[in-house]
Amino acid sequence: MRDEPLVLGIETSCDETGVGIVRGHTLLANTIASSVEQHARFGGVVPEVASRAHLEAMTPTVERALEQAGLRFADIDAIAVTAGPGLSGALLVGVAAAKAYSLGLGVPLYGVNHLAAHVAVDQLEHGALPKPCIAMLVSGGHSSLLLVPDVAKDIVSLGSTVDDAAGEAFDKVARVLGLPFPGGPYIDRAAQDGSGTAIAFPRGKHDDGTLDFSFSGLKTAVARWVEARERNGESIHVPDVAASFQEAVVDVLTHKALQACRRHGVRDLLIGGGVAANSRLRALAQERCDAAGVRLRVPRPGLCTDNGAMVATLGSDLVAAGVAPSLLDIPADSSLPITTVHV
Amino acid sequence: MLVLAFDTATPAVTAALHDGERVLAESTTVDARRHGELLVPTIETVLREAGVALGDVTAVVAGSGPGPYTGLRVGLVTAQALATSLGVPAYGVCTLDAVAYGSGLAGPFLVATDARRKEVFWGHYEDPRVRLSGPSVDRPQDLPGELPLVGAGARMYAEIVGPSRVTGAPEYPFAGALAALAAEQLGEPDVREVVESGTHPVLSLPRPIYLRRPDAQVPSAPKKVSA
Ligand SMILES: [Zn+2]
Repeated sequence: MRDEPLVLGIETSCDETGVGIVRGHTLLANTIASSVEQHARFGGVVPEVASRAHLEAMTPTVERALEQAGLRFADIDAIAVTAGPGLSGALLVGVAAAKAYSLGLGVPLYGVNHLAAHVAVDQLEHGALPKPCIAMLVSGGHSSLLLVPDVAKDIVSLGSTVDDAAGEAFDKVARVLGLPFPGGPYIDRAAQDGSGTAIAFPRGKHDDGTLDFSFSGLKTAVARWVEARERNGESIHVPDVAASFQEAVVDVLTHKALQACRRHGVRDLLIGGGVAANSRLRALAQERCDAAGVRLRVPRPGLCTDNGAMVATLGSDLVAAGVAPSLLDIPADSSLPITTVHV
Repeated sequence: MLVLAFDTATPAVTAALHDGERVLAESTTVDARRHGELLVPTIETVLREAGVALGDVTAVVAGSGPGPYTGLRVGLVTAQALATSLGVPAYGVCTLDAVAYGSGLAGPFLVATDARRKEVFWGHYEDPRVRLSGPSVDRPQDLPGELPLVGAGARMYAEIVGPSRVTGAPEYPFAGALAALAAEQLGEPDVREVVESGTHPVLSLPRPIYLRRPDAQVPSAPKKVSA
């Protein structure tokens, strides 16, 4: 497959400056500079802090990616970049850099949808996506259920969160429990020593017939439960709270994901986004997929969280599909809809 | 020598080419909200008008601010990425210096641009090439002295600083002036070493001058949800 184009992908929609290089569906480099530590003391991503970090990290991260792949600028055939959705000031740094590389190297630019890129990246690990598949993307920024007839051309939104993203709920509950930011890995770890059935937390929208999510009520219920115990001077068993909260989240997520598969007669489910690294989500999804006869695909954690390889992969699919490149005056669009796979 | 210069630290998106002797082309659009969309097409316009190829550019120069951060970053990341992909050096020049250089004034004066939040970014100039102090960020009523004032920040706050002090010089930095100012310096020997040591009076590495910390509050204990 030597003839497939070399695509360099740039991702700056949140707090990771990600640069990936692929040839077709072969991963050659995936480098990341994260500003997560600069946000930790604020308990969430601060947009201006993220934008400043992107500017500092952008060109050094591109050069590290080239080094990792053993390539030179002249080898690159196309540039892909996240055009949205995401934090507008953060997106703008990546989009401006991508246009400059496209202009400077004289190669085409592909502005892509961040969510579609989360779907496309699994192909680096598990080969071409079945057409169609259902994708569930869960992270600090998104909670979406998608029907994906063709990742390069056609994606349909089936449902999304009506309030907090799943990862946001993890962050907020972690704070209530005195665990660090970002909360996901710490809750996951604490939950290993607790019981998921110790406390019956609410499952928002579990049986409402939609494929939407809601995590705000759950987050509040956990905070209330903890405060009530603290008021009475009772000690709190953090592992039980973490495990029971986590169980409520992954129960709703996997329930809805499989409902989506059933409703659309689809037998392949993909889970992506940072929360896909959660061990209980992976285990329960596998269990429920096995019971329903659905094949489950989850990329390894390094490809689930935001990264440049996912952008490069979708760019590579767009080149292969013969899609026209983006113009060099495209905007960064913080609310780019999922129906727009590329701009 | 072929210098490509641009600035996006004010509402003006401006690009120019300079061959070491004169400005070959300059293009400017004033639109405070679309720096990211306008910059590359503006660069393409000046290349076309000057009839030169991007590959002939020997240095990229960007206004390093101070200025509204979102636009400022567009120019600087473009300079860094363009320069590394072309294999040429990139430099920053204080945006206020470009306003000063383009002002046409001879004696001492102040440059003031809009810093939003009822403040201005400003600097004190001996002449169009020599900055005595700044850049700084302050309220217009706190600017010193009786000196003439140049720039959009002077116009905006003319009533506060005194209308008679505000000159008719251009409000914004123009890339032709930026390019000319940089080109004067780029012919000097060892310019790169001096810039990297951080001691060059005009040129710097292409990094932003922010002057303000990000707005962010370290949260106190989690809010109680129950009454
Ligand atoms: Zn993401």
